[in-house]
Amino acid sequence: MRDLRSLWLMGLMLCSAWVQAVTVQDDRQQNVEMSKPPQRIVSLLPSLTETVCALGQCHKLVGLDRYSNWPESVRQLPRMGGGLDPSIEAVVAQRPDLVLMATSARGAERFEGLGLKVLMLEPRTHADVQRVLHTVAQALGVPQAQSDAVWRQIDAGVVAAAQSLPPQVKGQKIYVEVSPAPYGASESSFIGETLTRLGLRNILPANLGPFPKINPEFVVRAQPDVIMAGDSSRASMVQRPGWAQLKAMQSGKVCAFSSEESDMLVRAGPRMAEGARLMVQCLQRTVGGKS
Amino acid sequence: MNHSPKPWLLSLALSMLGAVGIALGSAMGSTGWEPWWQAVQDPVSWQIVWDIRLPRSLGAWAGGALLGLAGALAQGLFRNALADPYLLGSASGASLGVAIFLSLFGGSVMAMGWLVKVGMTGAAFAGAVLAVMLTLVLARGVQHTLRLLLAGVVVGVVLGAITSFLNLWRPEVWQGMQGFMLGSTGFIGWTACLLMSGVLLLCSALAVVMARVLDALTLGENTALSLGVPLAQARVLLIAVIALATGTAVAQMGLIAFVGLAAPHVVRAMVRATHRWTVVLAALTGGLLLLLADLLARGLIAPQEMPVGVLTAVLGGGYLLWRMSRMSSVGGRS
Repeated sequence: MRDLRSLWLMGLMLCSAWVQAVTVQDDRQQNVEMSKPPQRIVSLLPSLTETVCALGQCHKLVGLDRYSNWPESVRQLPRMGGGLDPSIEAVVAQRPDLVLMATSARGAERFEGLGLKVLMLEPRTHADVQRVLHTVAQALGVPQAQSDAVWRQIDAGVVAAAQSLPPQVKGQKIYVEVSPAPYGASESSFIGETLTRLGLRNILPANLGPFPKINPEFVVRAQPDVIMAGDSSRASMVQRPGWAQLKAMQSGKVCAFSSEESDMLVRAGPRMAEGARLMVQCLQRTVGGKS
Repeated sequence: MNHSPKPWLLSLALSMLGAVGIALGSAMGSTGWEPWWQAVQDPVSWQIVWDIRLPRSLGAWAGGALLGLAGALAQGLFRNALADPYLLGSASGASLGVAIFLSLFGGSVMAMGWLVKVGMTGAAFAGAVLAVMLTLVLARGVQHTLRLLLAGVVVGVVLGAITSFLNLWRPEVWQGMQGFMLGSTGFIGWTACLLMSGVLLLCSALAVVMARVLDALTLGENTALSLGVPLAQARVLLIAVIALATGTAVAQMGLIAFVGLAAPHVVRAMVRATHRWTVVLAALTGGLLLLLADLLARGLIAPQEMPVGVLTAVLGGGYLLWRMSRMSSVGGRS
């Protein structure tokens, strides 16, 4: 009886391997046909690397861009340049059967001309994270049920983070700075969406574009309750004219994130719940403790 | 001057060095030293040698030759040793073309099907050629060398400002721009390689034909006119050749610094010849220079790669500096 069942299972697995020929549409609206699940994958975008690993397919990665740094297990993998300057030769030398890269990356035509399968995906929003997760799962031959489960877990993590926020913190005005130029993150950016889901207000409205270059005066006028920024911004903030008078600066309601923490916050990938938790911790530290 | 080598001998030597460089380039890469006679056995290695390294090395040579040729023509035409192929605004025009392309592309990928096909190379080429045309319009023709130079500077500055503004407005464009501005030979395939070689053949044929005009110009514009040289037509044609050569090179490789400026100087340091030989030698030298820089770019920090534009700037700049210090120590003239 048991033999029969394992035989049946094996048959099922074989069948599923046979019917695996799937057609996946990427962000260029191009159909990419996968005759069988890829076994050697090169990923040239950190969030796509993380997506592959979140689907439990980390072991199939054979090469990465120089910025992919999570999870720990991928750190030893060979590097093939960045998304904008991939080393064509290094990628081809790995003999990948799938190359994952951003739509803004360069070199896709070269890869395709050399006979490689290329899937161009660029997650930028919360909705993109789910869509890209499913597309990658499809291309990798991961069952839909599994990718659904992964997504539910991510989504539940964000909901849990939102619920853990003390009620008096809701509705606080936040300013998120992504680089000291200064560029801020508006409501339409990935971080901005996380803020919205946490029930917080963003001083930068969506119509400014995702990462607007802002006039420092704008922040002084908007008087955010809490400022979130990368480590690199922190030093220059104090010197900006008028910023010393910002209430958030005076009361120390400023969170500086390390570059590893910033990765979680800005990468539209499977670690978005962890990014949300980082923001919650920041708010608990600065606002939640007092009132 | 007696022991200055014969031009034809020098061009033969430069061509042979170029061939050696291309052979080296096809055997060296991110995976280290891998000679092609060993790669024959393995299809992937063979593909890497034949479809990646060879067009890349040949393309780097052809692109460098285009820049060297354009540099020699520009220096001859403007009778100025500081002239370089980007003088008439083609570099800033190409940058602006790419910036516009990237900001449209970043906006909505899907709606821009045709734009993707034309691609960054098309945008860069169109930008370069349009900028040169704008310079010609602003200078009201080609009659006055000084006006042309000034118009080129103005176009360069204004287009550069617009590019900077676009970068500031759409920060996601900036990263892509950076890749373009540093220049790279890494994306050259057979198509790009053949295109550059074709344009190189055309441009050098035209340049050799026009070389007589440049020789006459060394005596001054008035003398050239009195010799019966059709200066106006010749200028238009020469500028067209410079624009075509530069635009093609920039479109395929991005902004490669210094090759166009340095190559004619290297030639003048080695040999004194008429422009017919100088332009050919400058092309051969430019090709060799960029090929050398490309080899170093691949080898220095392998398996990672350096942007080749960084190396040409260091190599070319270093060479010129060395020449200058030698010139001043000898007493002003060499």
